[in-house]
Amino acid sequence: MNKDPRLSDMSRRDREPLVHLENKDLMPLPAPLDSPEKDHEWTPLSEQTRERYECGLDDTCAVNVPQPKTKEEEDELVRKFLSGLEKLFTREGNWTFLQPLLLTMEHCARCQTCSEACHIFEASGRNEYYRPTYRSEIMRRLYFKYVKDGGGGLISAWQHGDIELNWPLVARLIELSYRCNLCRRCAQTCPIGADNGLVAHELRKLFSQEMGIAAKELHESGSVLQLKVGSSTGMNSIVVRDNIDFIDEDVAEKTGMDIKTPWDVEGADVLLIHNAGEIMAWPENPGAFAVILTAAGIKWTLSSELAAYDGINYGLWYDDAQFARVAIKHAQAAKKLGAKKIVIGECGHAHKALSVIADRVLTGDLNIPRESSMTLLREIVMSGRLKLDPARNDFPVTLHDPCNLVRLMGVVEPQREIVRKICPQFREMEPHGVDNYCCGGGSGFAIMSGNNFQDWRFHVSGRKKLQQVLNAFSDCLDPSIPKYLCAPCSNCKGQLRDLLAYYNIWETNRILYGGLVELIVNAMVDVKPGFLEWEWH
Amino acid sequence: MIVGLYVVVYAAVLVALTGCIARAVQYARTPLHLRWELYPVPHEASERVEHGGSYFEESDWWQKPSHFNLWGELKFMIPEMVFLKGLWEFNRKLWFRSFPFHFGLYLLIGTVVLVAFGEALAPVYVVTGATGAALAILGALALLVRRLTDSRLRIYTAPADYFNLVFFVVALSALGAGCLAKPAELTLPALLRGMATFDTTLRIPGLLEAGILLCALLAAYIPLTHMSHFIAKWFTYHHVRWDDKANYKAEAMQKKIAEYLSYRPGWAAAHMLTGKTWAEIATANPWEGAKK
Repeated sequence: MNKDPRLSDMSRRDREPLVHLENKDLMPLPAPLDSPEKDHEWTPLSEQTRERYECGLDDTCAVNVPQPKTKEEEDELVRKFLSGLEKLFTREGNWTFLQPLLLTMEHCARCQTCSEACHIFEASGRNEYYRPTYRSEIMRRLYFKYVKDGGGGLISAWQHGDIELNWPLVARLIELSYRCNLCRRCAQTCPIGADNGLVAHELRKLFSQEMGIAAKELHESGSVLQLKVGSSTGMNSIVVRDNIDFIDEDVAEKTGMDIKTPWDVEGADVLLIHNAGEIMAWPENPGAFAVILTAAGIKWTLSSELAAYDGINYGLWYDDAQFARVAIKHAQAAKKLGAKKIVIGECGHAHKALSVIADRVLTGDLNIPRESSMTLLREIVMSGRLKLDPARNDFPVTLHDPCNLVRLMGVVEPQREIVRKICPQFREMEPHGVDNYCCGGGSGFAIMSGNNFQDWRFHVSGRKKLQQVLNAFSDCLDPSIPKYLCAPCSNCKGQLRDLLAYYNIWETNRILYGGLVELIVNAMVDVKPGFLEWEWH
Repeated sequence: MIVGLYVVVYAAVLVALTGCIARAVQYARTPLHLRWELYPVPHEASERVEHGGSYFEESDWWQKPSHFNLWGELKFMIPEMVFLKGLWEFNRKLWFRSFPFHFGLYLLIGTVVLVAFGEALAPVYVVTGATGAALAILGALALLVRRLTDSRLRIYTAPADYFNLVFFVVALSALGAGCLAKPAELTLPALLRGMATFDTTLRIPGLLEAGILLCALLAAYIPLTHMSHFIAKWFTYHHVRWDDKANYKAEAMQKKIAEYLSYRPGWAAAHMLTGKTWAEIATANPWEGAKK
């Protein structure tokens, strides 16, 4: 580990990574992972990747930016970066976030209060390059030097600090913008209201919108695929309907109920939009939704319109245009059906994207009311429309708070009211609610696994959540006791699945992860017992 | 000499006010941004503020009356502004340095107001002034020592950050020492009256004059720096963190958005359709119909 990190390290011309982490450097974990030896070795980045791509930041590589071949290419990339930087600070280029960005650039006191709130900084063993203000301070100095003070000068350097802009700095900054979960826990603690999460978000936008550089999983295999075929899973509308038919059959058999998911019903009270990843990876989740909505007598539908059967909106994390395109598709589908409201399934970022961030993109009759499934489910459960037997859920349960749903949208209690009602052994993680920690898969990391990026997200970004989960079940870690980690978010589930599997937690401690609706159906008296399958998947 | 001091003080006050207003106007004129709130939002309904909930917790929230819980905001804002509650909660060590500094400045500002009411309040303003100066100087020194000795802060610190704190220590020390050393017949209300009426017969001792001069320059300097965060904080809290205004049937908001959607952002990446407006970009699907 570099004992004397500086901001100028980002401009270093050698390609040696600035960060190298060993297990002994990392934040300790509780039992059964309570010594660095019990942790996995990191998979090294391949030589081929290091030779072809810009991997000068740390032990991994998230974006795979090809190394420029000539000085001219480098200069052109730097020129594009500067051009994008300027656009971020114009009302025409960035009306969407100009005000919060300016405030963050111009008023951070560098007091480092935010650092203590960052799970990545803490889990990395407080590595300076992962401090939330490190990235922001680079951006801030570039802003003052090249945008605000028109090329810098001595006074600017004296007042705001200097920075050398070159291609190595830009290349490292691209990677560094993908070492933040955008959970904004840091922003919550800033006495002034500066927002380092926003800085990472805006940097990603600059790289995507000006330079055409983004993580492949978010852009090419994410938002582009969704706009091309209808879903980032690659499912077109025919395939998705087939899959849902199959889920209906399966769930009907399992529950003993007659289940038929309705499609494209005009005038439905509820247009339900799932994260399509659920359909592929956790079919019991859309199946459980179908059971609950059918049993509760809700007039609901799914839409087979392009992009409207997949609630994901990866643009939220890196690109305003891609974000707006998908949000508008969702709203247009609801408008076409004349649905009274859109209800968003168990997906945190889909919640925030469509309910909060898209609110000022959707104007006129496209601003169709959007509601959280947590709220609708709470209403159904508390209304007594379902006969529920909590004894069916008599095992230890804890609840993960998806950042997008809770800290960034304020949906905190509905899911808790449900879990308290149907899970007698519910216990909170600490901290929880709006003070929760990210699962470590936020901002797209859960679906990013190129090169050895998974190693980073398990060892570093997911470490705090793993600590919380183990602590929440510390009184019952014995594998003879099955335990349930309820995560009402598809991306969080993806991260938790991979994280728990990596550390073999199912085998050693019998902690299963899953959604909220599965717990509800598991408690339904009118359903055959045993909806939850206590097996790893 | 006295005229020169008055000119500097008046000019400094003018610069300070202009700087503050210009900064506030700069932020106020930025476009309405996309929502980016952070919970808890204290003006939410009181039963939700406690756990950080929002109106999204209600079924059919758009059919329910909207809440603005002023008491909730005040309950948050007053302890934050007066006692730096956030810092107390999240960075206790820094609070022990930053709170005396800020509270000392509040006391000094309050002292100026008390002095304006005349000598009858001397027992009060002497205490507030002396306490304020002592707290602000000690706080600034403590902050300076932290910045000089804490290696974690060093790489994020620009030369001006040291200068700013030194400036506070020197200016307030000179002012404090000047007040202590001034002749008894020159009372603070008389001094303030003299300055307010441009009284050229007023005789101010050199040390006090230097203190006044430095404090005036400091007041003019603050709005030009990040230390004007007292202005920024209004916007970061009320216009960003707590801005949860829904756009559902909000005509005035939609009018503004319509204007923004007509902007041509000019981003250069291929999918950004350079030259088109935001509305055209957002409603275009460059990949529709393309094969997987």
